[in-house]
Amino acid sequence: MPDYTLKIRRYNPESGQTAYWENFTVQLDPARSVLDGILQARNDQDGSIAIRCSCQAAICGSCGVRINGKSRLACNTKIGEAAERATAMGKDAIVVEPMGNMPVIKDLIVDMDAVHWKKVHRVVPWLLPAGEPPEREYIVPAESMIDVTQAMACIHCGACVSACLALEVDPDFVGPAALAKAYRFVGDPRDAHEEERLKDLAEDEHGIYDCTHCFACVEVCPKGVAPMDQIMRLRRRATGDYGIKDSNNGYGHEKAFVGLIERYGTLHESQLLPRSYGQGSLIRSQLDPSSLRQLITALPTVVNGLKSGKVAPKAAIWHHKLPDQKQVRRIYNEVHSHGERIELNMYIVGESGGENEGAMAEGGAEG
Amino acid sequence: MRSHSNAAQGGINAALGAEDTWESHAFDTVKGSDYLGDQDAIEIMCKAAPQEILDLEHLGVTFHRNEEGKLGTRAFGGASAARTYYVADITGQAILHVLYEQLMKHDEIYRYEEWFNTALVQDEAGHIAGVVARNMRDGTMELFGAKAVILACGGNGQIYNPTTNALICTGDGIALAYRAGAPLMDMEMVQYHPTTLQGNGLLITEGARGEGAHLYNANGERFMEKYAPNKLELASRDVVSRAEQTEINEGRGFPDGTVALDITVVPRKRIHEALREIVNVGRDFAGVDITKEPIHIKPGNHYIMGGVKTDVDGATNIPGLYAAGEVACVSVHGGNRLGANSLLDTLIFGGRSGRHAAHRAREMAQPTASREHLENEERAIKEIVNRDRSGRRVSEVKAEMGAAMDKYAAVFRDEEGLNQVLEIVRRLKEEAKTVAIDDKGSVFNQDLFGALELGYMLDNAECVVVGALERKESRGAQFRTDYPERNDDEWLKHINLTYTPDGPEISYSEVTITQWQPEARTY
Repeated sequence: MPDYTLKIRRYNPESGQTAYWENFTVQLDPARSVLDGILQARNDQDGSIAIRCSCQAAICGSCGVRINGKSRLACNTKIGEAAERATAMGKDAIVVEPMGNMPVIKDLIVDMDAVHWKKVHRVVPWLLPAGEPPEREYIVPAESMIDVTQAMACIHCGACVSACLALEVDPDFVGPAALAKAYRFVGDPRDAHEEERLKDLAEDEHGIYDCTHCFACVEVCPKGVAPMDQIMRLRRRATGDYGIKDSNNGYGHEKAFVGLIERYGTLHESQLLPRSYGQGSLIRSQLDPSSLRQLITALPTVVNGLKSGKVAPKAAIWHHKLPDQKQVRRIYNEVHSHGERIELNMYIVGESGGENEGAMAEGGAEG
Repeated sequence: MRSHSNAAQGGINAALGAEDTWESHAFDTVKGSDYLGDQDAIEIMCKAAPQEILDLEHLGVTFHRNEEGKLGTRAFGGASAARTYYVADITGQAILHVLYEQLMKHDEIYRYEEWFNTALVQDEAGHIAGVVARNMRDGTMELFGAKAVILACGGNGQIYNPTTNALICTGDGIALAYRAGAPLMDMEMVQYHPTTLQGNGLLITEGARGEGAHLYNANGERFMEKYAPNKLELASRDVVSRAEQTEINEGRGFPDGTVALDITVVPRKRIHEALREIVNVGRDFAGVDITKEPIHIKPGNHYIMGGVKTDVDGATNIPGLYAAGEVACVSVHGGNRLGANSLLDTLIFGGRSGRHAAHRAREMAQPTASREHLENEERAIKEIVNRDRSGRRVSEVKAEMGAAMDKYAAVFRDEEGLNQVLEIVRRLKEEAKTVAIDDKGSVFNQDLFGALELGYMLDNAECVVVGALERKESRGAQFRTDYPERNDDEWLKHINLTYTPDGPEISYSEVTITQWQPEARTY
């Protein structure tokens, strides 16, 4: 069996020392997990290595760590693959460190309560049905249960919280895991407070519109929950189904974005900001006093952009259209022709990606 | 939230369908138990099951629906009707998380998460007075005074290696109750699940066979036709595991000591919808795409039917001490548990324990919990932390126990092997008294918890082996090659084990039979 070197980030709050790195060499079949490697080091070399772990099957959500910089479960990361990745990155050891965006308690253990669970609690994470329950079960469409099962599949490992770039900038962002949890109720037809939940999360300046679409959470989620997709679903429901015009201009921004692409095929940058403030409309942004006020307060940002060369005035004002706008129009027509929104998830089509395209079409036809 | 209930994949049984009856569910359970289950308890469980499913549904569990939008079912082993309700193959996780949602809803309930229980506390009359526990985060020890204590700490699969069980399944509750003087029952009844991965012991849900998957030996024969001509792959778990082990032992398995589970016969769309989790398990842990090729599996340690002996309200013979779930033995599972009956057992008897304990607590005065218990525990822990490091490592002792249990106390057992493993376990118990640990700290000293858990596990292992040696017959999960027949005349009874300093003292109790007399058991 090959040897692997694990470079583990150690920290003991009782030692009075700052965090440091320590290398451990373990011997394992390449198909075994990084967790197996850490446990071998703990069993045979140093019993004080701290990591939460239990099921070793990616279901309990305890062993979230960062391996070679990526937030993952240690138990479903093969040690052989982790070693290959470390080599590809020019490193001589598999680097294991605690998750990000959460305070470290000891070694690989972080304080999930202080961040993750606090945020989960923020989204009112329990079902709020209307009135007394029926005598038998609630009758709901089969697809709706399959739909929310994707969010239910979350094991609260914290990988997405650790990887979230928006959280790094705004620690108050409700965040990917908690918002996925919110969708679990918003998408559940038994819950009677869909609109209130959506309004609450749209109006919160750290809510659904704080996500920057970076896909980090989708990439790291070990369970295919794709938290960002759930956030986008919350937005579609907030805007498309309820027309919630939030004070964060999330609604306006989305309208502006969709409208500009439909018209120009690319983003017309100088119009994006005013249209976002005017709920999609250029005229409204200048007539409506509150929109105008926002536009004026945004001016310094624009000036900064101009100064630093990030905004090119000519390209921004005389925006170029795509040469063939027809293709874009066809996409819009196709989307508008659907009577209902088609929501696909992994419980319907499997993992997204090339090899499942056939299944996707099949699922879509039935959706 | 991190409980091993998360790992219950397949579903939860209830006779809720219009055509189904609780009697049918109860009979299947009795037959599955090889007539060792107590029928009064089984009746209570099966009668209460439909309402339990509805209550869970009302709380928000996202149960699978049929085309009419009503609750839908899947087939499961040993059942005469498709009565398993499920959420894809994350049923346990979905139920656990929804119950946790309800807990979050109630701010007034303080949750002591990440506390480790080191002892039960009794007053002078022997009644429960509380527990001593250690805060894992900072190492402080606390005496919790209580009128009632409900053990809900799961099974002991970690006494075997490999096992499908999580690292936390170290039989703590079973050992704590045993040390406090509560009898254990049916401890010899250890379930080997028919479909686990070779090497790491990971579980492939019975739902796979429920959805139609087949088992083949290395010669390509669908061997269950031989062992269970009617139910085939959906015979009860002890029957399927024994069939697989026989094929492997007689040379018809694959060279890695396995047989094949072919899930490719299940339609792809159905696999995505209903068996999502094992697609991941196959891909991540075995490197197999289960939608395209068979996966190699073998029987592996999975569940303990035995545990702390309780009545139908979860009460043990220590006043104020309750147990529910895998830690307990009511007994509804007897010699063999049916798939999708464990979540049910946990929920029904968990609820009954809670209600009974609350009712009892309301009527009584606070018992006296002497601080002496706390001091004793603090002293014992100090001794472990400060001891010199001449002893064996915790992991070494645990590995030796796990291998011996899997070799001698598994699907097939005999007196010689059991005597050998008993000797090993008793030697390891001595060695465990001096195991060395490296961590001297207070914050997350997992090394220390490992040493404490080792003690719990060895008590569990000893009881399993003593029970298996005592039961000189073959019934349910206990198959003695030296006593290959079921013997109702002598052994239609429970084996009870009570702690003494020299090892468990054996006694017997009657099996409660209400309406189903023992019959020959075929599938």
